[in-house]
Amino acid sequence: MTSIADGIAGRPLAGEADTIVRDEAAPAKALPSITLPAAGERELRLDLFRGLALWLIFIDHLPPNLLTWFTIRNYGFSDATEIFIFISGYTAAFVYGRAMLESGFVVASARILRRVWQIYVAHVFLFTIFLAEISYVATSFENPLYTEEMGIMDFLKQPDVTIVQALLLRFRPVNMDVLPLYIVLMLFLPVILWLMKWRADATLGISVALYALTWRYDWYLSAYPNGYWAFNPFAWQLLFVFGAWCALGGARRMSSILSSRITLAISFAYLFAAFCVTLTWYLPQLGHVVPRRIEQWMYPIDKTDLDVLRFAHFLALAAVTVRFLPKDWPGLKSAWLRPLILCGQHSLEIFCLGVFLAFAGHFLLAEVSGGAAMHLLISISGILIMWAVAWVISWYKHVADKSASRTKGAGGNADLAGGGG
Amino acid sequence: MKSRSGATLGLAMLLGLWAAASAPVRAEDSSAPQSCEVPAYLLATESPLPKVADAVKGGRPLEILVVGSRSSTITTSEASGYPGRLQAALHEKLPSVAVNVSVEIQVKKTAMEVAGTFVKLMEVKKPTLVVWQTGTVDALRSIDPDEFRAALDAGVAALQNAGADVVLMNLQYSPRTETMISVPPYLDNMRVVAQKYDVPLFDRFAIMHQWNDAGDFDLFSAYHGVELAKRVHDCLGRALSTFVIDAAHLGPAQQN
Repeated sequence: MTSIADGIAGRPLAGEADTIVRDEAAPAKALPSITLPAAGERELRLDLFRGLALWLIFIDHLPPNLLTWFTIRNYGFSDATEIFIFISGYTAAFVYGRAMLESGFVVASARILRRVWQIYVAHVFLFTIFLAEISYVATSFENPLYTEEMGIMDFLKQPDVTIVQALLLRFRPVNMDVLPLYIVLMLFLPVILWLMKWRADATLGISVALYALTWRYDWYLSAYPNGYWAFNPFAWQLLFVFGAWCALGGARRMSSILSSRITLAISFAYLFAAFCVTLTWYLPQLGHVVPRRIEQWMYPIDKTDLDVLRFAHFLALAAVTVRFLPKDWPGLKSAWLRPLILCGQHSLEIFCLGVFLAFAGHFLLAEVSGGAAMHLLISISGILIMWAVAWVISWYKHVADKSASRTKGAGGNADLAGGGG
Repeated sequence: MKSRSGATLGLAMLLGLWAAASAPVRAEDSSAPQSCEVPAYLLATESPLPKVADAVKGGRPLEILVVGSRSSTITTSEASGYPGRLQAALHEKLPSVAVNVSVEIQVKKTAMEVAGTFVKLMEVKKPTLVVWQTGTVDALRSIDPDEFRAALDAGVAALQNAGADVVLMNLQYSPRTETMISVPPYLDNMRVVAQKYDVPLFDRFAIMHQWNDAGDFDLFSAYHGVELAKRVHDCLGRALSTFVIDAAHLGPAQQN
C-alpha cells in the first residue's frame, strides 16, 4: 500500500520546481526553515517506544492485573498515551514533511488525508466490534442485579442517532478515545506542516498559545450523549506539534540543552518527585508526606486537558531516554527488542488490534473465568498476538515492496509513519 | 492496508472465538446458604457516625433513610433489597433499638438532581442516618466528573446541615459492563468527597469485587433469575449493618 501511494511522490508535478528552488534557497539565507535528517536512516528508538506505548495501552485497557504494575502510569504522571501521540507527531511530520518539500503542499495534503481516512475507517471498524459486543451482552444478559447498569444499552434503542453520532466521532465508547484524537490531529497536519515550513518555532509558539488559551477559556469538544472528548484535541495538539517540531530539526537544535547536566539533573529530580507523589496514591499511609499546600495546587492532574505536570513528566522522561539511549545503541538491533520495534513500525494496525484484543480479553474473562491466572494469560497472549501480527505485516510488506520494486523502482520510506504513508 | 489489517484482525477474532469455544463451561453455582465474608479492611472507616451513636445510646429510635437509584432495590422483590436486609440485620444485632429503614428511590436521576431534593426530603423524613447510594447514573451518562464531585459536595453538605449522619455508598461492581462504563472517576470522586466531609464510605464496588474474586458470587454469570440478586443484596445489607455499627462505635453494651 505504501509503495502505491509513494508512486505519486516520485512523479514530477507542476509547481514542484518552484518549491525546490525555494527550499534550496532557505538554508543559504540561514532562515529558521525546517531541516530533515538524511533519508533512509530509520529511527529505531521511535519504533521501540511506540511499540512499548502500544503494549502499555493494551495492558491499561484490560482489567487491572499483575502486568498493570509494569505500566508507566503507576510510576509518574504521564502514561503511554503521551508517548504515542508525541511519536505519532514526530513520524508524521518526518514522512509528510519530506513529502511536502518534495512534492508540494497539495500532494502532501492529499496523502495525509488518505491516511486520515484509513484511521477513520479503522475507528469505525472498532466501533462495529464494540456494537457487536454490547449487543451480545444486551441480549444474553438480564441479571436483575444489574438492571440499572444495563441502562448503558439504552443507545441501542436509537441506533439511528447513535450510529450517526459515532460516525461524527461524537459518540465514543470507553477505551475508544485515542483514534478520534489522532484523526483530528492528522486532519490539521497539512496546516501544521505548512506553518512549520514558514517558521517552525513560530508554529510551536502558536501551539503553546492554543494550549494556554484552552486552559484559560476551557475550550473543549462536546461528546454524545453528554460530556466531552476524553482527550481534548485543543490541549493534546501541543504534544503532536512538539513531536513534529522535533522531527523537523527542533531536536537537533535542542541537542545542546538535552546534553547539559542541568537538564539531566532537573529531569531526574522531577521524575523522582513524581514517583514519590504517585507512591502516595497506592500507599495512603504516606499521604502526609506531601504537604497539603502542594497537594491543593497539584490536584487534580487532568488527563483530558493534558495537565502541564503530565507534559513536563513526559519531557523529563524523553530527556532522560534520549540521553541514556543513543541512536546507535547496539541493543536496538538485538532480537529481544525486535517484537517491540516490529509493533511500533505498524502502529495503526497494532493499535486497533490492541483495542480489539482488550475487548476480546474482557469477553473471555466474562465467559470463561475471571481468575488472576486467566488475567495474566490474556495479557501475555494478547502481546504475543500483537507481535505475531506485526511480524506477518512486516513480512507481507517486505514481499510486496520487493515485487513493487521489480515493477517500478524504489518503494520510499513512508512506512516510517507506522505502517502507512 | 485496509484489507490487510482487516484480515489480521479477522484472524485474531477467530483465535478469540476458538479460545472461548474450547474453554470449559462454568458450573452453575446454586448452593443455597451464602458465605460472603468481607475482609475487615473493606469495612474499616475512621469517619464516625456521632448522631447514630447518640440515638442508640439515648435509647431513641434509629431512623435510617436510604436514598438511591435502581441498584438499591430489586425490581420484582422490593423487600429483599439491601435496605430491607439492613433493617433485619440491625434488628438482629441491636435488639434493644427500634430501627426503621425507609427507602427513597430516584430512578435515572444524577447526583446533581438527587442532591437538589435533599432539603425538602430532610424536612419530611428527619432521619438519623442517610445512606446515599449514587454514582451509577452519572457514570452511565458520563457526567463530567467535576460536576459529579460538586453535586456530591452540595448533597453531603445539605444532609449534614439538616442534622443527619451520612454514609456514602458507591457503585456496584459489574464485570459485564466494565468495558462499557468508565467507573473509576466516579469511585475516586466519591472517595475524595467522603474524606473531605469525614463521612464513612461503604465501598460496595470493592466488596462486590472481592466476592466475585473469592468465588462467593459469580457476578459474570448471565443468570436470569432473581435469586442471585436476592443473595447479593442480603449480603450487602448485612455488611452495611456491620459497617454502620462499627462506624458508630456501638460496643457490645448496645448489641445485647
